[in-house]
Amino acid sequence: MLLWIVLAPLVGAVVNGLVFATGFWRRSVGGSENVERKIVSALGPGVILVSAVLSSILFFRLLGLEGDNRRFIEEMFVWIPSGSFTASFELLLDPISAVMVLVVTWVSFLIHVYSIGYMHADRSYSRYFTYLNIFVFFMLILVLANNFVLMFVGWEGVGLASYLLIGFWYEDSTKAYAGRKAFIVNRIGDFGFILGILLIFFVFSSVNYQEVFAKASAPGFVAAAPDGIITIIALLLFIGAVGKSAQFPLFVWLPDAMAGPTPVSALIHAATMVTAGVYMLARCNVFYSASPEAQLIVVSVAAFTAFMAATIALTQNDIKKILAYSTVSQLGYMFMGVGSGAYAAGMFHLLTHAFFKALLFLGAGSVIHALAQEQDIRKMGGIRKDLPITALTFLVGTLAISGFPFLSGFFSKDEILSNLYLRGYTVHWIIGIVTAVLTAFYMLRLYLLTFEGRSRVPGELRLKVHESPRSMWLPLVILAFFSLIGGIFGIPEFMGKSLGLEHSNLFEGFISSALHSYPSSHITGQMFGHWTLLMFSVIAGFVGLLLAYNLYFKKTSIPDEIVKSILLKPLYKFSLGRWFVDEIYDFLILRPYRELSKLSAYFDNFVIDGLVGGVGYVVRESSYVLRAAQSGILRLYVGVMAMGVVAIIVYMLFRAL
Amino acid sequence: METVLFYIFAALAVIGAMAVVSNTNPVTGVVSLVLTLFSTAVLFVLLIAHFIAVIQVLIYAGAILVLFLFTVMFLNLRPEGLVFDVGRFYEKLGVLIILMVVTGAFSMELFSNSIGSANGGTQLPEEFGTVEGVSRLLFTQYLLPFELTSILIIVAILGVVAIAKRRV
Amino acid sequence: MNVDVTHYLVLGAVLFVIGGYGVIARKNIIIVLLSLELMLNAVNLTFVTFSRMHGDMIGHVFMIMALTVAAAEVAVGLALIVAIYAHRETVDIDVLKMLKG
Repeated sequence: MLLWIVLAPLVGAVVNGLVFATGFWRRSVGGSENVERKIVSALGPGVILVSAVLSSILFFRLLGLEGDNRRFIEEMFVWIPSGSFTASFELLLDPISAVMVLVVTWVSFLIHVYSIGYMHADRSYSRYFTYLNIFVFFMLILVLANNFVLMFVGWEGVGLASYLLIGFWYEDSTKAYAGRKAFIVNRIGDFGFILGILLIFFVFSSVNYQEVFAKASAPGFVAAAPDGIITIIALLLFIGAVGKSAQFPLFVWLPDAMAGPTPVSALIHAATMVTAGVYMLARCNVFYSASPEAQLIVVSVAAFTAFMAATIALTQNDIKKILAYSTVSQLGYMFMGVGSGAYAAGMFHLLTHAFFKALLFLGAGSVIHALAQEQDIRKMGGIRKDLPITALTFLVGTLAISGFPFLSGFFSKDEILSNLYLRGYTVHWIIGIVTAVLTAFYMLRLYLLTFEGRSRVPGELRLKVHESPRSMWLPLVILAFFSLIGGIFGIPEFMGKSLGLEHSNLFEGFISSALHSYPSSHITGQMFGHWTLLMFSVIAGFVGLLLAYNLYFKKTSIPDEIVKSILLKPLYKFSLGRWFVDEIYDFLILRPYRELSKLSAYFDNFVIDGLVGGVGYVVRESSYVLRAAQSGILRLYVGVMAMGVVAIIVYMLFRAL
Repeated sequence: METVLFYIFAALAVIGAMAVVSNTNPVTGVVSLVLTLFSTAVLFVLLIAHFIAVIQVLIYAGAILVLFLFTVMFLNLRPEGLVFDVGRFYEKLGVLIILMVVTGAFSMELFSNSIGSANGGTQLPEEFGTVEGVSRLLFTQYLLPFELTSILIIVAILGVVAIAKRRV
Repeated sequence: MNVDVTHYLVLGAVLFVIGGYGVIARKNIIIVLLSLELMLNAVNLTFVTFSRMHGDMIGHVFMIMALTVAAAEVAVGLALIVAIYAHRETVDIDVLKMLKG
């Protein structure tokens, strides 16, 4: 049954790809494009629905199991048997992967449905769904794999699908370039991941999860292992996660990845693929729990990323870019969670983020769709009345990500922040709170500039603005619903007690059963309690919301003044220029690299080619001399031969004398 | 008696050979070669190789040279078509001198270190040179090479047929 | 029988060299082929002479083999000459230098 969760999208991809995207249907069968679209529209989302339903069934079965038995393992075949190294095609469904599978399949399904409406005018309709199905297939492999090698297959596969989808409109060279950039930047992270896997095999002589984690969590193993080897493993894996999940310094690909179709951004670059790094860290929780140094590095990188991305998002004008930086920032939160040992909190934020970020992206897609591919929020505004459903759901998403009380983001974000504080990462907690203010601010700014206020839509377009078709707004509503109530699975215990709930924080209880070590919060000796921490988060959210409300709804002249003011102008430029990270990379890495390439090209042209050409030249010139001997006159040949015979005879005669 | 015969036919063979290489007309050349081959056949008889002598006359002089003659006739070369083959006196002279020097040196060597006479005390078997003697050797010890020559001939025939066919 | 075996060998050498001269110096391809036959005949004479000298008939057998080869060679050679003549209208081997590199 697990296998079919994975295989169903593959079936869709194969049929969509081979029959329709190749043009086989239209050219060889002679089928009409209309029928093709209908079949693809049914098949693409259909296979994902199969996966989603199957995974839901398995999820409920999983709930019925207890403790260590709470997992399904299906081994299909031994994939790489090589001496002491074996990698099986083996699937594992435990609480961690169950959550991921549910998110991946159901969000994918909604986005597939949404795509039917969003992509209906595209001429590469079948190709789009082929790629989308391929992506889901590899994502499920990644999530369900029971060893690191198979996970790596999925890891690379989603990278490929991401590349294909970012560069989906490959006729536009900047979009193709964005796809390439994503792929190359991801490679850097993947390299760390490969090294991590190799080191894991070196240390544990296995790549199977159960065996590795059992060894790693066995008492005394960490102490017996070479110094710092666990930290190195943890950091190498984290490098992989940094690439895939767009953390500093490898986050530069994600904003560019917005070149792809908007549903793709929602699916791959917000809800699923970019969270693979978080999932991986949660999966490898043993290593991180065993290495406080690695944890500190992870949390620091994550906090810095979260803050940096949030500041960049403040000033961007592209609706999708804002959401992209927001995603980077929120991924930073997730890493702060899993990095500090609060794996359940990190995973929970992953879950809620999947809902509201997918919702926001799809809402953005709806807006872009309505405004004829316009993405600049300076040319939007006042379209709430034309797009009522989109506007409302977008507002829900905005409030959810801002941590508005009792929405999903509120619970998950607070969980992470209070965990940070309680585990002693005070500085990181402060950064987190500041970032929360920024988050609320830029999200409400985005909402207000897009939907409220005076309309800045160009005149002729203004009349054509329309609400999206049902296949597009239905997923919005469903996602909005989950963004609203998604938090109930993660109501913190202290709050549950005061509400009189018997079982609170179901999510953590569920996830924790899959964690090998059970980290406990060090509450002792801290200044603030749970409720105080909660208040901080709430206040942070409200401060941001209120600021944005004032600046972009009440007194809309202030932002312009800020831009002009001498004190804040450099900061504004710095943020607008995205901290000039791309420029720094260009200067530090790309330019020296190009110079080096020129140098080696010079070397190749003059030295290597000179040698090769020189050999050819010598042979050619000397053969001109030798050619004279090949006169074609047979008598000459015979004569020369006779002279040779004579020479031999003369030699023999003289020798005999 | 034998000595006289040897010198007569040796002289005839050399004269025929010289005629072959010096004559412009191929027909004359072929006939001269017949003279040489016939003289050689007589020398084979002197060497008690009777069967070989017969074969020499039958196959060489009888079959191969007839084939030559036939081809020459078939091509119908006229003397004026053979003008190219005269002249170039110095070239020929040079080749001749070199070869003569070598032959002279070789002959001197042979004469100065006599290897022994042709009948030098060797006891000849009774059937030496007869059809029986040669065929016994041919069909027992040298059967495989003998059969291989038949393959050679078949290949030659096929080759000739292929060459001739292509022209049609 | 008083003739020394050396005489036969010298005769063979002389015939061989005359044939070689014909092969090298003559341009008519038919004469070249005739000279070739002359050389083969000289070799045959040498074979038989040594056979007589050692009282062994292997030389005779070899002569037969050489004869067969000569026959095959002549057949193929003449066929080629005919073909070339039909094609190029010449028997001058100096003109036939398509193998020039």
